[in-house]
Amino acid sequence: MFEPQIMCFLCKWCTSSAADLAGTSRLHYAPNNINLRVMCSSRVDPQHILYAFKEGADGVFIGGCHPGDCHYVEGNYKTLRRITLFKTMLRDLGIDPDRLRLEWISAAEGKRYAETMDEFTAQIRALGPLNINEKVLVREVVKDE
Amino acid sequence: MTDKPIKKEKRIGLFVCHCGVNIAGIVDVERVAKELQDYPGVSFSTNYIYMCSDPGQQMVIDTIKEKHLDGIIVAACSPTLHEKTFQEAARLAGLNPYQIEIANIREQDSWVHTDKERATKKAVKIVKSHVAKARLNENLEPIKVDVNRRALIIGGGISGLQAAMDIADHGYEVILVEKNPSIGGKMIQLSETFPTLDCSQCILTPKMVEVSRHPRIKLLTYHEVDSISGFVGNFKVRIKKKPRYVEEKLCNLCGECEKVCPQVVSDEFNMGLAFRKAIYMPFPQAIPGTYTLDAENCLGLNPVRCGKCKDVCDKKAIDYDMKETIVEEEVGAVVVATGYDLYTMQALGEYGGEKYEDVVNGLEFERILSASGPTGGAIRRPSDGKVPGSIVFVQCSGSRDTEHHLPYCSKICCMYTAKHAMMYRHRVPDGQATVFYIDVRTGGKSFDEFYQRTVEEDKVLYIRGKVSKIFKEGDTLIVWGVDTLTGKKVEIEADMVVLAMAMVKADGVQDLLKKLKISTDIHGFVAEAHPKLRPVESLNAGFYLAGCAHGPKDIPETVAQASAAAAKVGDLFAQKELSHEPTVVPVNDELCSGCGICITMCPYNARTLDPDRGVAVVNEILCEGCGACAAACPSGAAQQRNQTDNQIFSMLRAMLRE
Repeated sequence: MFEPQIMCFLCKWCTSSAADLAGTSRLHYAPNNINLRVMCSSRVDPQHILYAFKEGADGVFIGGCHPGDCHYVEGNYKTLRRITLFKTMLRDLGIDPDRLRLEWISAAEGKRYAETMDEFTAQIRALGPLNINEKVLVREVVKDE
Repeated sequence: MTDKPIKKEKRIGLFVCHCGVNIAGIVDVERVAKELQDYPGVSFSTNYIYMCSDPGQQMVIDTIKEKHLDGIIVAACSPTLHEKTFQEAARLAGLNPYQIEIANIREQDSWVHTDKERATKKAVKIVKSHVAKARLNENLEPIKVDVNRRALIIGGGISGLQAAMDIADHGYEVILVEKNPSIGGKMIQLSETFPTLDCSQCILTPKMVEVSRHPRIKLLTYHEVDSISGFVGNFKVRIKKKPRYVEEKLCNLCGECEKVCPQVVSDEFNMGLAFRKAIYMPFPQAIPGTYTLDAENCLGLNPVRCGKCKDVCDKKAIDYDMKETIVEEEVGAVVVATGYDLYTMQALGEYGGEKYEDVVNGLEFERILSASGPTGGAIRRPSDGKVPGSIVFVQCSGSRDTEHHLPYCSKICCMYTAKHAMMYRHRVPDGQATVFYIDVRTGGKSFDEFYQRTVEEDKVLYIRGKVSKIFKEGDTLIVWGVDTLTGKKVEIEADMVVLAMAMVKADGVQDLLKKLKISTDIHGFVAEAHPKLRPVESLNAGFYLAGCAHGPKDIPETVAQASAAAAKVGDLFAQKELSHEPTVVPVNDELCSGCGICITMCPYNARTLDPDRGVAVVNEILCEGCGACAAACPSGAAQQRNQTDNQIFSMLRAMLRE
C-alpha cells in the first residue's frame, strides 16, 4: 500500500496543542504526517508549501486557529486568503489543490486533529504519489547545501 | 579584523529521552540516537531514561561543558512542558538558551502511533529536522527597554478612579484625564445601587475626594487626550486642555455668577430633566470644585454683549480670554476607561422615547429617583409632575435584537430594572409596576435574591414578552405587548414608561480609539488581548482596559476590572526594564525594497516605513513575532529570528528527503 508523506505546518497556539492533546489522550492515527511548529499559520509562505511538495511531500496540511481566535488577532484570516489564492495557482503548477488542506483546529480539539490526520492521509493515499519532479518544474527556492 | 571569520560547523549534542516506557515503549530510542550520530552537525548523541530528572539535566549541563557544545536537541515530550527546563540547564552550562531545540517525539509520535518501526523512523525525521534548524540557530538575548513608571488613565468614572487610586497606591504617578468638568462619570448620576441599595453618591464621593487629594495623582478634568505616540513603557501623550474660562484655583464657589447668568440651558447631569445656567457647576459635589463656563451657550464670551458673571466675580476668577492649550506628558502605560453611553431612544421610534416626555430611559429614571435629582427623589413624571400611578418598564430596549438593533445583552438592565421597580413600589406604595422581559438574567452575588424580593415582596408584575408599540391616548400612555407565556396580546395603561436602553460605546470614543490605534470589537468596545486569559489588556502593548469601555458590566465588575488593570500596570512598572522575546522579525535593509507590504500585515503597528531610507523599520518591542510579515515579504528581507526561511527550508529537507 502507498504510504504518503504528509507535511503539517501547525500553529503553536492551537493545532500543535491539539496534536499534543491527541497524544495525552492516547488517540491513535496514521504515522504518515510530520509536523513543523510555527508561531502562527500566517508564518507559512506559499514557497514553504511548494518546497515541501518538491522535497517529497504528497500532501501539505496547515492547521490554524478558528476565525476570531487568532493569538495574533487576524493571522488566520491572512492564511485563509493566501491559501485560497495559492490553491488556484497550484493547479496551474500541475499539483492537485486537494493535496493542500487548511483546517481550523483549536487546542481543545485533539480528537478532531487525530481524525483529520487519518482522513487526510486516506485522501492523499487515494490521490497517489505526487511525483512532482516528473510533472512540474519547481524553481529552486533555496540553494542546496 | 575585516576578514570574515570562516564559518565553523556547530557542535550539536543530541539527548534522546526514554520517558520510562512512554517513548521507549514504541520508539527505539537507542536506534534514534545511533542513526543521528553521524548526521551533519551532530557531534554527540546519547539516550537516557528521564532527561527531565535532576541527573538527566546534570548530564546535559556536564556534556555541554565537556564537549563544548554550541547547540543541543532534547528529543522528548512537547516543548510546552520542558523547553524552559532545558533552556535553564543550558544557561547554567553557559550556553545561550536560544540554542535549545525540543524535538517532540512523545505527544506527536510515541503516544499516537502503534507501529514501532514507523514511529521510530518518524522520530528520526523529527530529530533530524531540529538538527537542521539548530545548525542555523543564533544566540539571542531578550530585547531590553527602559520603562517610564507613570500611568495615564483616560476617563474619570468609577473605573478610571479605581485604577488611578490603585496605581497611585502602588507608588506610581498617575495622570487622570477626564473630558467633562468633573470626575464621577455615570456612577455619580445613579440613585441607589443594586443589590444592596447603597446610595451611589454616598459611596462614590469619598473616592472622588481621595483621588483629588492623592499626592501621586494629577487630575486633569475638562481635558481630552489628543494623541499618543511611542510604545509600551515609553509613550508621549498630547492632552488638550479645554478652556474653562474660570480659574479653578481662584473660584470659591460663591455662586454669584450663576445667579446673574441670563442663559438657561438643559442640564446634562440631570439628563435634560432640569435646567442649568451657561456658567455652572455640574453637581454640588463636583471635583474639582469650580464653576465652568460653557462657551457654546454663553452669550459669546464678549463682555460688551454680556459680561455679567465677570462683573459679579469678586475673586476675578473669570477670564474670557482663556484659550485651548496643549499639555504634554510622558507615561509608560495607558488605562482606557472611557465608559459607555445609552443607545439612543430615537432608534426605537415605536416606543415613542423621543416623542413623549413620560417615556424615559434608565439613566433619566435614575435622576428622578436620586435625592439630588430634579424632583429631590420624589417620583414625578416629567410632563406634568404627576405622581405616576402605573409605570411600565421595558427591558432589552435595543439589546438582544439581532435583526434590528444590537445583538448583545447589556447585562445590567435586568438588575437595575428590578431596582427601579422596587424603588417605585417603595415610594409609591399603591403604584402598579409592570416589567416586560425576554429573560431575567441575575447572575451575580445576591442578585437573584434581590430579583425574587422585587417579585414576591414588592409585587412587581413580570410579563415575559416584548413590547411592540407605545402611544399616547389623552395623558395616558398605552403599551402594547405580548405575553409569550400565555401567547396573548396585552395592553397596559401607564402614566410613565422606563426603557432599559442598551449600553453602547461612549459617544465620540471611536475617534479617540482610532487615533490611538486601539483595536475594538464590531460594536466599538475596546477589544481585550485574549477573551479568557488576558481580559484586561488591550491587544496594543502598554494599553489596559477597565470598565464599560470594554463592554457592558456592573459596578463591582468594573471595580474588579479596574483593579486588575492597575495590577497589570503594576506588573509592568515593577520590572527593572522591559524584556521582550527576541524572536521578532527584523528587516534586512539591503534586501528591503520599501514596498510596505509587511506594514499592512502587522496587527501591532510594529512596522513603519522610513521615508528617508525607503525601507521598512521595526520597533522590536512591539513585534510579537507571529511572522505574518515574513511570509508576505516578496524580497526575503523580513526574516524571523531563529525561524528564518532558510531554517524552515532546511527542516523540510531534513524531514522529507529520504
